Order: sequence, then structure tokens, then C-alpha cells
Amino acid sequence: MPEVLLGITGKDFTLIAASKAAMRGATILKAADDKTRQLNKHTLMAFSGEAGDTVQFAEYIQANAQLYSMRNETDLSPSALAHFVRGELASSLRSRKPYNVNLLLGGVDPITHQPSLYWLDYLASLAPVPYAAHGYAQYYCLSLLDKHHQPDITLERGMELLTLCADELKRRLPIDFKGLIVKAVTKDGIKEMPFDNDKVVKGT
Amino acid sequence: MPSPFSINGGACVAMVGKDCVAIACDLRLGLQALTVSNNFPKVFQYGDNVFLGLTGLATDVSTVSDLFRYKVNMYRLREERHIAPRTFANLVSSSLYERRFGPYFVSPVVAGLDPKTGAPFICGFDSIGCIDFAQDFIVSGTATDQLFGMCESLWEPGLGPDELFETISQALLNAVDRDALSGWGAHVYIIEKDKVTKRLLKGRQD
Repeated sequence: MPEVLLGITGKDFTLIAASKAAMRGATILKAADDKTRQLNKHTLMAFSGEAGDTVQFAEYIQANAQLYSMRNETDLSPSALAHFVRGELASSLRSRKPYNVNLLLGGVDPITHQPSLYWLDYLASLAPVPYAAHGYAQYYCLSLLDKHHQPDITLERGMELLTLCADELKRRLPIDFKGLIVKAVTKDGIKEMPFDNDKVVKGT
Repeated sequence: MPSPFSINGGACVAMVGKDCVAIACDLRLGLQALTVSNNFPKVFQYGDNVFLGLTGLATDVSTVSDLFRYKVNMYRLREERHIAPRTFANLVSSSLYERRFGPYFVSPVVAGLDPKTGAPFICGFDSIGCIDFAQDFIVSGTATDQLFGMCESLWEPGLGPDELFETISQALLNAVDRDALSGWGAHVYIIEKDKVTKRLLKGRQD
């Protein structure tokens, strides 16, 4: 729950941000953790949840997505991947030990270049959304994005909105999440974006 | 509060008219009080004039709607014809009862017109497949109490397609406005002999 996952779509991109702290109880084990996995050239998945499950599930999905790309010499679209992930998570839900993983899946369609973002929780509820968050970040960031997000925003504006969200989280979350890793998905692929995590935000 | 039927919220209603039926749902997907999405339709089409509304746990809404898409496609390939609403209702019932001791947390509603006679058909189910055949209307979801009230007062026999649209829309919109867990827009389908009209209602966005 204290892990932060954020996603924003715009005119021709999808931004995914994840907190850098790897936590175990009250202890921070690592301050530069990357909670994202690239599924193919233009689809990225961010994950949070129970310690072992997250990476295990994400890399299982990553391996299957890559296997599909190698066998068929085509990548699955973000929508197809989202439904594949949902299917795997849904069948796990009614197994003896379900995966406890929340996901954001962002991508840009390889053919139409349409950006998309999918919100998935550990129950395998799937929703296509223009912007999304997981955990406590939902309560702080969704209202901000309700007010400031437009469907046709540029990447620069998207980064501004992420800064807005990060500031609010620094101001109101009682724990230090060690800043955000930000990645942008565009038609040219996925790249990590520079993000100022050292900015000090004063409380109110 | 942690009943699987009311975690995500949502409402659905079906009504009989004169030579037509209507089915409508809201668009909210939430986690308790937090709204996550306002674009989560709960009515699905299976063939020319067979419709299924699903409320309850969102993951099961998706799972069950996907499952029936598969089953109906297989039926169509085997039988080389579309499935009839009454047949589909029995398929829903038996598929749900298969999971008798570990049910899908959904309350389905079926609406359609008989392909031979053109007679309106609606029915509802509980989560383990007990069918509720009704001659007037069927409601399901977190706004059932409100929907029953609205339908009891607005519905009358022999409504034409346009009157039926007005009736079902007012019933749904006013019911979900009194339920914190549903609303945020609606989809309304009016099904006539050889015409299906889908309308998107904006509704209150608060």
C-alpha cells in the first residue's frame, strides 16, 4: 500500500512512474528499486504488492510476452497483453495461493500509435483509464489528475503533472518512498525520463 | 461491507415493452468508496438480440462475460445459428451452478427477443444460477432497492420502444443517484424486432 504507482496517458505517450523504495515492514532495503518490467518494444508494466509475488509474476508475464514476440515476429498490442495478464491473474485468484499483485500496464499501439493505460488490481479487475494510481497514492493523486489532466496533453505537460503528484505525495504521505522512477512509452519505444527527486516540499 | 457483491459497485436493469425489451447498466468501477473508472460497462451482447447484464465483483464480471463469449461462439459454430435468449438463460444457469460451492460473485440479467416469435424475454439469476423469470422487469446490483422502487412506480405494461427508453433511463438514473456505489453514466440498449439502439447517458458525475 505505501508503494506508489502512477500512470498518465497523453496525446502520443504513456507515462509510468513507480516509487524507488523496496520496503520490508518498517525497513527500507533498497532506495533505487525498479518496480517496472518491459513486456515488448512499446508496452511497460509497473507492479506493487506482496514481496515475492510481484517480481515473480511480472517476470512470468514478461517472459510470455517476449516468447510470443519471438514465435510470431509480431508484438502483442497493449490491449491484448492487458487481457492476457488479467486472464493469468484471474485464474491465479481462484488457486490455492493467489498472486497478490497490483499492476499498471501502459503502452502505445504499434500500428495506430494510440496510447493506452490499464489498471489491474490483485482481484484481476481490469479497467482502461486515462490516468491511474495504486495504493495510498490513489487517494492523493486521482483528485489532482481529475482536475488537471486533459486527454491531449504533451509529454512535457505529463511530466509536470507527475511533479505535481510527487509534490503532493511528499507533502502528505507519512513515509519516505525515496522518489520516483519515471518511464515514457512512445511510438519510438520506452525510455527512462530524468526526474528531480531531490526537490524539497514543505508541509502545509 | 466486505461483501464481494458490493466492493466494486454497479447497477443493472432490464424491462419488457410492447414487442421490445430494454436493458441498461451504469458505468462505475470502484474500490469501496473510491471511484477508479467511469468507463466500465456491465451489459454485453451475444448475438443479434441476446444481451447479458452482469453486476457484482468486477473481476467476475469480466471473467463471466469472457466465458460466455467463448461458450456462445462455440454454440454458434456447432449449431450454425445464433443462440436464443431462453437457451442462453439456461446456459447461464447451468454454468453458474457448476460453481455451486465456489461461485462467481455476479448477479446476471438476460434480455432479448425470441428469434422465432419475436416475443420479449427477460430473466434474472442469483450467483449460483437460480432463474427468476419475470414478466415486467429485473433489477440487479448495489442499487437494487432503489431500482425496485423506481421500476414499481414507473413501469407499465405495453410500452413502445421510445416510451420504454424513457422509462428505463429514468428508473436507472434516479436509482443510481441514491446509491453511492453506482452511477457515473449509463448504457441503455433498446432491442426491437430487427433493430438494436444503444444510447450512452452521461448522468450525474458526482
